[in-house]
Amino acid sequence: MNFVIPTIPDATRAQHASKGWPLALAGSVLLLVSGLLSWSYDPSILGDISIAFWPATFQLFAMILGVIGIVLALMHQGPLSKLGNWFDAALGLRALGTASLLVILFGLFAISYQAGGLININPGGWVALLGAILLLVGGRFVPQRTLHSFAKAKANSTLEIVVIVVLMALVLFGLAYVLGQDDPWVFVGFLIMAGGAAMALARAGFFTWLSHISQRHRHVLTLAAFAVAFLFPFTQDGSDANMSIATQVLIFAATAIGLNIVVGLAGLLDLGYIAFLGSGAYVAAMMSNAASATIGWKPPFVVVMLIGACVAATLGLIIGSPTLRVSGDYLAIVTLAFGEIFRLSMFNLDGNNGPDLTNGPNGIPGIPDLNLFGFDFGKPHEIAGFTLGRFSNYYFVLLLLIGFIILVFTRLNNSRIGRGWVAIREDERAAEAMGVNTFALKLLGFAVGAFLAGLAGTIKAHQDTASSPDQYIFLESAFLLSAVVLGGMGTVAGVLVGATILKLLPEKLRFFSEYRLLLFGLLLVVMMRVRPEGLIASKRRQLEFHEDDEALASEIQQDHLVEKAAEAAR
Amino acid sequence: MTVIETDVQDGRPRPQRGAKVLDAEKVVMRFGGLVAVNNVDFDVHEGEIVGLIGPNGAGKTTFFNCLTGMYKPTSGTVRFYGEVLPPKPRAVVKAGMARTFQNIRLFGNMTALENVMVGRYCRTTSGAITSVLHGPKYRREEAESRARAAELLDFVGLGKSAELLARNMPYGDQRRLEIARALATDPKLILLDEPTAGMNPQETQQAMDLIFKIRDMGLAVVVIEHDMRFIFQLCDRVLCLVRGEALIWGTPGEVQSDPRVIEAYIGGSELEDDEDDA
Repeated sequence: MNFVIPTIPDATRAQHASKGWPLALAGSVLLLVSGLLSWSYDPSILGDISIAFWPATFQLFAMILGVIGIVLALMHQGPLSKLGNWFDAALGLRALGTASLLVILFGLFAISYQAGGLININPGGWVALLGAILLLVGGRFVPQRTLHSFAKAKANSTLEIVVIVVLMALVLFGLAYVLGQDDPWVFVGFLIMAGGAAMALARAGFFTWLSHISQRHRHVLTLAAFAVAFLFPFTQDGSDANMSIATQVLIFAATAIGLNIVVGLAGLLDLGYIAFLGSGAYVAAMMSNAASATIGWKPPFVVVMLIGACVAATLGLIIGSPTLRVSGDYLAIVTLAFGEIFRLSMFNLDGNNGPDLTNGPNGIPGIPDLNLFGFDFGKPHEIAGFTLGRFSNYYFVLLLLIGFIILVFTRLNNSRIGRGWVAIREDERAAEAMGVNTFALKLLGFAVGAFLAGLAGTIKAHQDTASSPDQYIFLESAFLLSAVVLGGMGTVAGVLVGATILKLLPEKLRFFSEYRLLLFGLLLVVMMRVRPEGLIASKRRQLEFHEDDEALASEIQQDHLVEKAAEAAR
Repeated sequence: MTVIETDVQDGRPRPQRGAKVLDAEKVVMRFGGLVAVNNVDFDVHEGEIVGLIGPNGAGKTTFFNCLTGMYKPTSGTVRFYGEVLPPKPRAVVKAGMARTFQNIRLFGNMTALENVMVGRYCRTTSGAITSVLHGPKYRREEAESRARAAELLDFVGLGKSAELLARNMPYGDQRRLEIARALATDPKLILLDEPTAGMNPQETQQAMDLIFKIRDMGLAVVVIEHDMRFIFQLCDRVLCLVRGEALIWGTPGEVQSDPRVIEAYIGGSELEDDEDDA
């Protein structure tokens, strides 16, 4: 996917092959060195990049890119060249060259824009630019080597586990770092850098290898991911600002994974999903100790959670049973309408029209914090010397919830029910003729999704401290669906990535908020064009989107056989 | 009707004919003004292979769909072990009637094993909760389904292809996989819609051996086919449909020697262009 720079004809490349490697290596080294030099005269911008030997923001980015470049170059030729038999260093270097140039140009533009002119750029910046250009040009002339297939790779199992753990630690650092950046220029620069580096590693085949080892050590991966998520609040030093964003991301992600059961597994398009989150939230609000709560019965929160979830599931059944008999498009319209009906009902159930349940447009404010088993969620707590604020408390509960939702997702996906869903997606008539109860299965998917959203909603009500109709507008449903489509239908990891991107970007790019929708629209159009199955797609979904791609089918087949062989060997 | 039976067929002993499995009486299927199936009687017994032949557009597949609950006949009754089944494919499968499709309808992006396991769906009952909790019932049923599916793949000769994606399999194997999937529903009667379409002579012979093997398990088999030699070697009785009506219903010998059958195939083909094989 090199949109920026056209590729070089093979003949030219072969002619100059020997010059490519030194150029690329030199470029990478320059990038690394530039990080140690001063980039700007102005210490007040971009987190102070004026000091030599004290790398910050863009200096760090250049150094990271430089290190990746050096490693890739040495894989091609030099001490790491054995690794070069497995990873495609040439493709990696080419992608890295493009990414580096983008990052450095963006950084230099940021400096000159903020400080007033190119004059403010110190030699470090120019060295980095030179390095990026050398890497770009050099990378283009590095010839590709013939590779071994990862199917035959046999690495040390301990090493593989270490790689997973290190990677997860990097993710943790990256997340903590990016959340700590208040400067939008740095934030965007980091995104370009991270995206570019990921692209380069993907081109080099790193992620293919990663998916192989994570198949082999699935439990390690899951555990490490949860450990990272668990440790995250401890990196925030008691500050609630980022934790508030993090809890919002978690609620959004939990809801999106629930929606992925409906959309990604059962194959039903639901445009009113936010209503199920809302019904859970309203149930919790009405049964809370808030002054304006409308139901006198105050059961323990665990009971409230179950009631909220069951109410949502019941709504799901009511709306699903007449509509699931018709095909996809009608369902989308009916669910869209249902979402609006829910919002308008909450808006109007204020005692003037019908019973007073929701206080109408005012909603139910002042919902007190949760208090479970004597643990007050409203107060900061001290654990092992770290102060964990109010949002951290909710964060941990939401983490548990998301763990449960992921469990439901994966287990249903791998069960008899999951097979039934796949069969329905593939050929509904044939599935029926084989005795699959298509209607019941679709209804089940719909209800399970609603149930999980209801669960998330009950926690959301307490965390938000209020529940009002304007929280549950159609746009929210659309965002949820975008997270699923962007991240990847039918996978958990994909939706987590999609939800994080969609929730984090608007928070960090507040100056851009007017163009937010435009940006999302563009993003979705580009995704549909380039990668309709989403960022991290399930293999089956990928095949469904590329029905004619025989090469992809045999590739996935190969992967599958390797996995099965590994499973059998264990 | 007299059925002349020999004891040996294609070099194997012919099993005893068992109870009546399927009994169709005066089945009529109308689509608007078009009478696709008109007053057809039909029956199949356990351990019997029955053929259904006829020129294109004779209504074979429509009749098939009436038998398997895809269509509700306009009039007439279809009894399965003496009971009239509701016109729902699922209920029909559950009762013990399974089918394959004329144009292969496998779940292409699933592996062969998974395809057959989908066939086990109607014989298992574990629901969402036990699936999420991995309860004892779920584990037992899952292990059983897997074992039975593997066994059936071996039975049709695809034991080595269990982990191949259905869409990546050769054509002949896909046909056999469809049969394995149908067998996974534990049928008493299996209906095969053109099981040898597009096959070479060698594959056709293999398909015939497979169908005999299925019959030998005591199942009743109904086969739609165009390949006359295949049908006459395979079947105990043959029904020839022409323009929705039963032309003749008898042993292969009787059907083969009937001049009207030959005429229907060679002479009376004016319907062929008007109506596709519905």
